[in-house]
Parts: sequence; structure tokens; C-alpha cells
Amino acid sequence: MTDQSTTRSPSPATHGYSLGRRNFIKTAAGAAGAGLILPAALAACGGDDDDSGSGSDGTAAPEGTAEAPAAASGDLSVGSRLANDAPKAGLAAAVEAFPNEDVNVSINTTDSNTFQENISTYLQNPDDVIAWFAGYRMRFFAAQGLLGDISSIWPALDSELGSGFKTASTGDDGKQYFVPFSYYAWGIHYRKSLFEDNGWEIPTSVDELTALAAEMEASGITPFAFGNDGNWPAMGTFDQLNFRINGYQFHVDLMAGKESWTSDQVREVFATYETLLALHQENPNGRTWEEAAAALVNKEAGMMTIGNFAGSQFPEGELEDLDFFPFPEINPEYGLDVVEAPIDGWMMAAAPGNEAAALEMLEYLGTAAAQDVYLSEDPSVVATSSAADTSVYNALQQKAAETVQNAEFVTQFLDRDTSPEFAANVAGPRFADFISDPSSIDGILEDMQAQSEVILTT
Amino acid sequence: MANTIADSSATSDSARAPKRPPKQRYRKPSQFKGRDRTVFYLMVGIPTALHVLLVWVPTISSLFLSFTDWNGIRLSDMNWVGFLNYEQILTVFEKDFWQAVINNAVLLVFLFIGPTIFGMFLAYLLDKNIRGSRFYQSVFYTPVVLSLAVVGFMWQSVIYSTDNGLATQLFGGGESVDWLGNQSFLIPFGDNYGISKNFVAILVAIAWRHTGYIMVLYLAGMKSVDNSLREAAGLDGCSEWQAFRHVIFPTLKPINVVVAVITVIEALRAFDIIYVLNTPRKTEVLSILTTNNLLGEGGGNVGRGSAYATILFLMCLGFVIWYVTNHYRNTQEGAES
Repeated sequence: MTDQSTTRSPSPATHGYSLGRRNFIKTAAGAAGAGLILPAALAACGGDDDDSGSGSDGTAAPEGTAEAPAAASGDLSVGSRLANDAPKAGLAAAVEAFPNEDVNVSINTTDSNTFQENISTYLQNPDDVIAWFAGYRMRFFAAQGLLGDISSIWPALDSELGSGFKTASTGDDGKQYFVPFSYYAWGIHYRKSLFEDNGWEIPTSVDELTALAAEMEASGITPFAFGNDGNWPAMGTFDQLNFRINGYQFHVDLMAGKESWTSDQVREVFATYETLLALHQENPNGRTWEEAAAALVNKEAGMMTIGNFAGSQFPEGELEDLDFFPFPEINPEYGLDVVEAPIDGWMMAAAPGNEAAALEMLEYLGTAAAQDVYLSEDPSVVATSSAADTSVYNALQQKAAETVQNAEFVTQFLDRDTSPEFAANVAGPRFADFISDPSSIDGILEDMQAQSEVILTT
Repeated sequence: MANTIADSSATSDSARAPKRPPKQRYRKPSQFKGRDRTVFYLMVGIPTALHVLLVWVPTISSLFLSFTDWNGIRLSDMNWVGFLNYEQILTVFEKDFWQAVINNAVLLVFLFIGPTIFGMFLAYLLDKNIRGSRFYQSVFYTPVVLSLAVVGFMWQSVIYSTDNGLATQLFGGGESVDWLGNQSFLIPFGDNYGISKNFVAILVAIAWRHTGYIMVLYLAGMKSVDNSLREAAGLDGCSEWQAFRHVIFPTLKPINVVVAVITVIEALRAFDIIYVLNTPRKTEVLSILTTNNLLGEGGGNVGRGSAYATILFLMCLGFVIWYVTNHYRNTQEGAES
């Protein structure tokens, strides 16, 4: 199988942005298989807007330089899930450029899917530094005491990593356990040429969005492409609607089981979803997201709520035509302050063999120094550091970098923001039920609440 | 099945006679000498030990784990919760659970009335030694060579693709048909349960593969029918259907037993094809519910997953007990063939 699971949303480090053909050959070796997704397009060296103004809180000045005061030495093991050629080479290069010569770093690479599926077993005997994602699963393991507290290195990273990233790296107890490395953004993707040809403007409110959709329908174009195979794409639209209507805090609380699925706020989200569903492609439950993206490529559909990885479905010359905009504002109280951007990164085991070296390595990985070296081998991701060199990015990556760096809050996508059991066994199937029959939403919400209580509060 | 008739031998065994099939003679271990006895113990002991270790110890552990709420990470976190998992399955998750039970049952019935009968029919046709029967045999058997997972991939991407699949082109009438996603009920059983349309689509894919398998079994059985019987039936003026029903079908009895066992096993075991299709809604079966809670993404609820597994185990056990008692009772009475 490919490194791409089809029952959960793609991971930034292993399925980021589309690339040039030369990189296709490198990554294809690792990514052959039954999956239909492969990075394929040629990257054009995009614009050179170096992004500035990360959302750093600019309070205390960073403590000292990027290197820890007392340099560590000894052995350090890094557990990586970047098994494809380009990411693997990227990580190896970044590790080699690690400034501390006394530390002997060894990288243990496992294929991404295997790594994720066996994480519970792995964490009983882990490496010192571990590849993982931000969000609930990181917080869950931190609460179990399986991760090491790395708050001490964050002050040095504040200048490069915004507050959105910091919040995403924080555990339930307010300490940081995670260093973000790469990400991609979710948004409404569209083809610039299609919009130009028809004189359509980017909508800034949900009313404008519905008006735009009506215009598209009049032109014979389906407003939204939509494929829900795997049961996770529907979560994308739900997330966007939920944090636009109810705000970031409600969304996080709902994911944690602190708010009820039968509450009025959630009902409002589903009511909005139902009206939007009429604008989406029909029969989405059996259609894979790749097929839906194909409709976007063919200009049969005008827009698609998806992550930046959709670019992999665009043929070489047309990738430049792909752009995205944030889901429009629905509730003026919250505006556009939330961006959904799953983040991959690194964390430390609870009792690492070499804590000092692990902390140094983690701090290094969070800085532009490491991320630039990584990008030189694998430019298919967007690095988290605001000081990273963006000249290797294509236009889509630039846009994602700008959008996320300036966001106040960053969510991780439903299947990373809540218990994976809840996401895969409850939310996924129930959303599919809703899409198949929106009028049955009451029964669905009651089931979801009952099951959420059982799963999330034990 | 030519065995020596031996129910008069070894009078010391008469105490065990009721359980012993009349055609075989058992000897007690004490009747073996020295090296023979060692060999006996090894030949019986090692496989038994492996079987117990690899099959029964995990089964008993699962049974035990279904009464805990373990999340699979640390042994120290295991708590005894009694029947809580079962209660939750039957209340909070009841819709999923009963739908899965219904799906397993539907699969069982379907495999009996669909592929089995059709396979028998194909075997009967091929038994007539028409021209090219070897070619037809190969053609019908080829899907069996594929694993169900591959069958799932093939049917999903080529035949059942919503917009471009073969089935859509042939039967869709110009529109896209959601074969694998359409979870509305073809045959509803009340409000919440039924046989969903996408499950029927999966049944067709399973039948495509299963029919060849049954066909080969019956073909082998039919080859062993004495030709003189057929000729005699022909001479007596039997119609084909009568010849089949009264002459050929009775000789297929041992095959029927094998086919019945295989069918039940396949029905209870069904997993791979549904799993590789990302478990469309309403097509879940019990094995899927088990793995959902144990593996990968939704995994980490070892307690509930083990509860599902235990329920599935009890269903299988019911069948096994029925089969074993029937089989031994039949052989004892000499009623077999």
C-alpha cells in the first residue's frame, strides 16, 4: 500500500504539495501502489515573498541563541515515519547539518502507516525523538505520561513559530510537548482561470459564497466537488463550518467531549451544512476525493473544500492555476481567525536516553536552519518556521504559508483533534449517514452524543 | 473410505465404544512400546501445544480482555469492568452491532442460495464434457485465484467507480450511480436495519469469486459419479432434471457437507473485501467492528474490540459444536455415504 491511508486525512510530511517531475521519480519509488495519488507536477519557482509577521506574541525576548547553553553529547535516536525517498533524504540532510558535532544521531525509519498503526506499542519502547502530529493524539499521549515536557526550548522558538503553532503544541496541562515541522492548509480550492474567464470574485462572506454558487450552477458548473470515500473528507467541511459559526473554543471543546453534539450550536452547523450540501456533487459517499478533484481539474466543478494536497491531482502545466481561499466568514464575531492546518512534527519520549541532546535536536528542528536544509531535498512541504526560505515554494505553498502564519488559531482536522476512535468509528460513519439522508440528523446527533460520552469521557 | 471393520477388536476399548466410529480402531497410548510411545507423544503433543498456545491462549485472553477497559498501552492501566463493554455494544452501539449481525446472516444466506446453486449448475454443465470444458473451467475458476482484497480493489476502481465505472456505463443510464456509497436499504427490516444497496453490490463482487470455488468442488464430486448409474437413468427414461435430482445429487452429499462448512466459514470470516473498500456505511460485519476497535486509527479500545470478538467467537463456536456433534453422530451410525 502507499504511505497514504485512505481512511484518514493525509499527513503533511508524507503527502504534501505537488512537485516537479524530477522529484516525482524520487518519490515514486516509495509511493507505488494501489493508491491513485502521487505527487506529479512540475514545481515552478514561485514568487519570492518572504513571509514576515508571524503571530509571535513578542513578549519575552528569546533566551540566548538557538544552541543550548551546555552542549550535549552522546548518542541520540530519532524515530521517523518519513519513509519515502525525498522526505527521508530531507531529514537525513537536516540531521547532518545539526550544529552539535558531539552528538551521534541515528535515524530509525518506519513506513508511515505502520508507524501510525503501531504507535501504542512503539511508545512503550520509543526512540528519544519521535515523529508525530500535533493535536489530540499528541495531547493524549502527553496526558498518559508517555512524552517529555519540552517547554524549555520554546522561548527560543517563539520568534520563528507563531502563537497558533504554540497552541497546537501544548498539552492539556499547559506545557509544550511538540515541535512543529511541516503542514498544509485546508481551504476552498478553485482554478484561477475558471474564475477569471467568468468574472467571478472570491467570496468574503457566506452570502457571497451562495450567490457565487448560484452563478456557477447557472453556467452549468457544479459549485462544489465532493467525494467522501473513507469518511474523512466530510469532516473538512464540518470543521470549517463549526469554527466559523461557533468559534475556535467551542470547536476544541466539542472535539474533547466537553460540549454536546445535541446542542443548538451543532444543530446550526448541520443546518448550514444541509443547505450547502445541495450545492455539492451528488452521491459523494462512494466517490474518492481524487475523483472529486478530477472534476475540479476538468472544470466540471468550480470549488472544492479540501487540503492543499489536492494539487497532486493536477497535471503538470495546470498546477499553477490552482489556488485556494479561506472558507468565508459566517459569524462576524469570529471572522476568519481560525485556519485548519494539520501539522507534522517531533516530540520527545518521556524518559529519553539522552535528554539534553534530544532537547537540542528538537529545538534545532523547529528553526529555519533545519527546515531550510530539509526543503533543499524535499520542497514538497511547507515548513513551519517563519524564517524559512520560501523561494523554493510554489504559489500554493506561498499562499498556505501566508494564511497559516497569520492565523490566530490553528486546528488540526477532526481526525487529529479528537480521539481517533471517535473520529474513525463514530464521526466518520455518522457524517456519511447525514450526507446520505440529511433529514435523519436528529437521530444521528443523539447517537453521536451517546457514543461520544462513552468514548471520550472514559 | 475403505477401512478395516474392527469393532470386535480390543475388548478393553469397549467402554469407549459409544464414542468410537465403528470403522476405525483406536489404540491406547499404553499399547505402544518405548520409542513408539515417545513418537506418539511428540506427534500429538507438539501440535497440540502449538495449537493451545497460538489459538486457545489468545482466545481465552480475548475473552478475559472483553471484561476490561484496557486501552492497549500499559498493562497497569487495565481495569476490570464486568459486562460494561457488552452493555455498551447492545445500547450505545446497538445500531452498528445489529446491522453487522444482519449483514453476516445475509451473507450466509446469500452464499447458499447464490454462488452455491450457481456453482453447482455450472459444474453440472461442465460435467457433460462439452467441447472446451477445460477452457470454461479455467475461466470460471480464475477469479478464485485472486484474494478478496484484490477483488475489492478491482471492482471499486473499474466496475463500481461512481462516474466512470463499467457498471455505471452499462446500467447507469447516463448518470453517475453511487454503487458503493448508496447506503439506503434495498430490503428494509423496520426503520433502522436492512440490506443496503451497497452491501448488495459487495455481495455481487463476492459471488463473482466464490462461484468458481464451489463449481470446482462440485465438479470433482460429479466426476466420481458412476457412469453406469447415469446410463441406467437414461435408459429408464429420466428427464435431465429427474436424473440430476435422484441420481447425481444424492452422490454429492459429502461435497455438500464440505460446501456447507466452507460457506459458513466464509460468511463468518468476511472481512477483507469490506475493509479494503474503506467499509462503506451499512456494510459492516462483526469482524470489521472488532478490528475497528483494535487496530490502527480507531484502535486502542481493546476492551470493546475483544467483546465484539468474543461475540463472533461464540457464533462460530455454536456452528462448530453443531457440526462436530452431527458429524460424529453420523459416522457412528454409519449413515455417511
